[in-house]
Amino acid sequence: MSDSDVTASQLGLCVCHGCGGLSRLAGEGHDMCCRRCGTALHLRKPNSVARTWAFLIAAYILYVPANVLPMMRTGSLFGAQSDTIMSGVAYLWHSGSWHLALVVFIASILIPLTKMFSLTFLLISVQRGWTERALERTKLYRVLDFVGPWSMLDVYVVTILVALVQLKTLATIQPGPAAAAFGAVVVLTMFATMALDPRLLWEPKENHHV
Amino acid sequence: MYEGSRGSVLEDVPTAVAVKKRRSSPQLVWVIPIVAALIGGWLAVKTILEKGPTITITFKTAEGLEAGKTKVKYKNVDVGEVKAIKLSKDRQGVVVIVELVKEAEPYLVGDTRFWVVRPRIAGGQVSGLGTLFSGSYIGVDLGKSGNKLRDFVGLEIPPIVTGDVPGRQFMLHADTLGSLQIGSPVYFRQEAVGSVTAHEVNKDGQGVTFMIFINAPYDQYVNADTRFWNASGIDVTLDATGVKVDTQSIVSILIGGIAFETLVGSVRQPPAEENHEFLLANDRAAAMKHQDTVAVPFQFHFSQSIRGLSIGAPVEFRGIVVGEVKSIDIELTEAHNEFRFPVGVVLYPGRLLAMLKSATSEFRMDEEGRRIRWDAMVTKGLRGQLRTSNLLTGQLYVALDTFRDVPEAKMDWTATPPIIPTVAGGLEEFQSTLTSIAKKIERMPLEQIGGDLHQALQSFNRTLVSTEQAVKRLDKDLAPTAKSTLDDARRMLNTVDRTLASDAPLQQDLRTSLRELSRAAESFRELTDLLERQPESLIRGKKESKR
Repeated sequence: MSDSDVTASQLGLCVCHGCGGLSRLAGEGHDMCCRRCGTALHLRKPNSVARTWAFLIAAYILYVPANVLPMMRTGSLFGAQSDTIMSGVAYLWHSGSWHLALVVFIASILIPLTKMFSLTFLLISVQRGWTERALERTKLYRVLDFVGPWSMLDVYVVTILVALVQLKTLATIQPGPAAAAFGAVVVLTMFATMALDPRLLWEPKENHHV
Repeated sequence: MYEGSRGSVLEDVPTAVAVKKRRSSPQLVWVIPIVAALIGGWLAVKTILEKGPTITITFKTAEGLEAGKTKVKYKNVDVGEVKAIKLSKDRQGVVVIVELVKEAEPYLVGDTRFWVVRPRIAGGQVSGLGTLFSGSYIGVDLGKSGNKLRDFVGLEIPPIVTGDVPGRQFMLHADTLGSLQIGSPVYFRQEAVGSVTAHEVNKDGQGVTFMIFINAPYDQYVNADTRFWNASGIDVTLDATGVKVDTQSIVSILIGGIAFETLVGSVRQPPAEENHEFLLANDRAAAMKHQDTVAVPFQFHFSQSIRGLSIGAPVEFRGIVVGEVKSIDIELTEAHNEFRFPVGVVLYPGRLLAMLKSATSEFRMDEEGRRIRWDAMVTKGLRGQLRTSNLLTGQLYVALDTFRDVPEAKMDWTATPPIIPTVAGGLEEFQSTLTSIAKKIERMPLEQIGGDLHQALQSFNRTLVSTEQAVKRLDKDLAPTAKSTLDDARRMLNTVDRTLASDAPLQQDLRTSLRELSRAAESFRELTDLLERQPESLIRGKKESKR
């Protein structure tokens, strides 16, 4: 952070999320309301790190059943079959559609994992109060925020197939328990991203306003 | 330090209002990972709890099996999946690692069977056609025994009968396999009621043992008196009784079959136990034959040809089969320097005994009693004789019968087996008579007779010729003479006619004469009467009447 950069908190000021009016914070800056519209004022997202951790840990936990349990149950005239995400990727790869396999792999495995690891990294950096490379970390955060919904691809595919392929005796497709778990992982990571206040990336530990 | 430069603006910023606010616990957010952990934990526990046992099945080949795809099915319900396939250590087969559902755990016992269901066309039945499209799967038949097992050896062919089919299994012993195979049907009154489930050559190499399964409720008709026979193909028998053609059904012609029947009169017996052992006869006749417990050997010595007599030919007592021929030999008797044919037979006294109305106390079953009986019968004329049973085929059988007017003979108890005396056979006798007649005919001087006959005929011919000449001569010389003679004769007859006419004088005279004659006869009668009464009047003259 260069010396010319100044933040609102350093000036003892706080902007209202409701009406955009500036207020001067008195004392410790806790439990204040906007003078104009009465919206609760806080310098940073409250409990940002703890909330992010909570969502992230939940996502980590659910990521295991999402990959182990079957994603989709295919029933046809000649037998039933259930596929996990990884077996689906393997099937696509072996059957020659390596580009499709690549897409599914990136969307369903690579992105969620990257997202979770990146969030972990950012959280640790915030907790340690690192101030170096804050710009890069902020860019990473923006990428995470942008890419979040796209990892729902697998869930979309299952949803569409389940809705379309209901030929009763000939063929049916049903979502497996992993579909719900995977959807939960994606949503939880999105919540975690939202819960993390990127402004914390710029501040040393002692300045954290919880 | 920044206040100086931008103080004019920032100083106008009003101070925020402080509120007394209930602080929300920052710990509340941790409910989310706790819930996630609970869900995850529950899923994990559920998965672990539902995880069934893993077993290995050894097959000869992994044809049609695919790790992660092939299912294990019981009654077409998925009960497991193939997890991995690898070669067995001795490389003689493949080891298939299968994960079953939890419910299958109690059924992993010694007699649980696994096999691969593939499309199969064999033995008159088509199975597993569905697997043409869906791929093979592993079929399972749940066992009942108590010993737990995890490593199984898979069957190469599907079992014919699965454990859930009601019925019973029996064992059959036979000399040869015939055309039977696994899956061959078992018939009861020509209805298919079961099938052959297994067959193997006995350990000692003597014969074959079959396992058959008879479905309920037909298994109740199998009891200790049930006879089984091989009903394979078309049974054409040529024996002493003629030609017989026997078959069960078209299917049994193609793939063989077994039929069974229970002896009449023993239906009330309790059904046979599971795995009861039976004999498998070659045909129905053999199966339904009285099963003889006692067989007594005897022999006959025949001197005529035994052509047409075969081993197994019946020994009949007035039409009832009481034994069969076991051996046929030939030997040269040194004493008479001629051939004779010892025919060894066995007789089943049980059959004769069965004919006995009631065994009295005097009826002795021991060896000596038997001898006495035989001797008595032979004395009465009991003999063995070769008879033709079938003129067409020339089959012979040994007849045991009582003959009159036969030379005396005795049983030879010194020989083993004892010898029953014989007489020349009926046809043989007839043949020898014919032969002697033929010989006599042969001895007749037929040529000479022919020559004589020829001469006789020639002379006869000559006679005829001369007769004709004579007739011609007669015609020429005799006829005119005869005519004049006849004319004379007619004239003479006319004269006679005239003479004899009623008004002819000869007739008148004759009538008068006759009248005189009758008068004379009357007088004569009076005279004789008088003489009879008074014979003395001839001398003394007629006496005057005293009256």
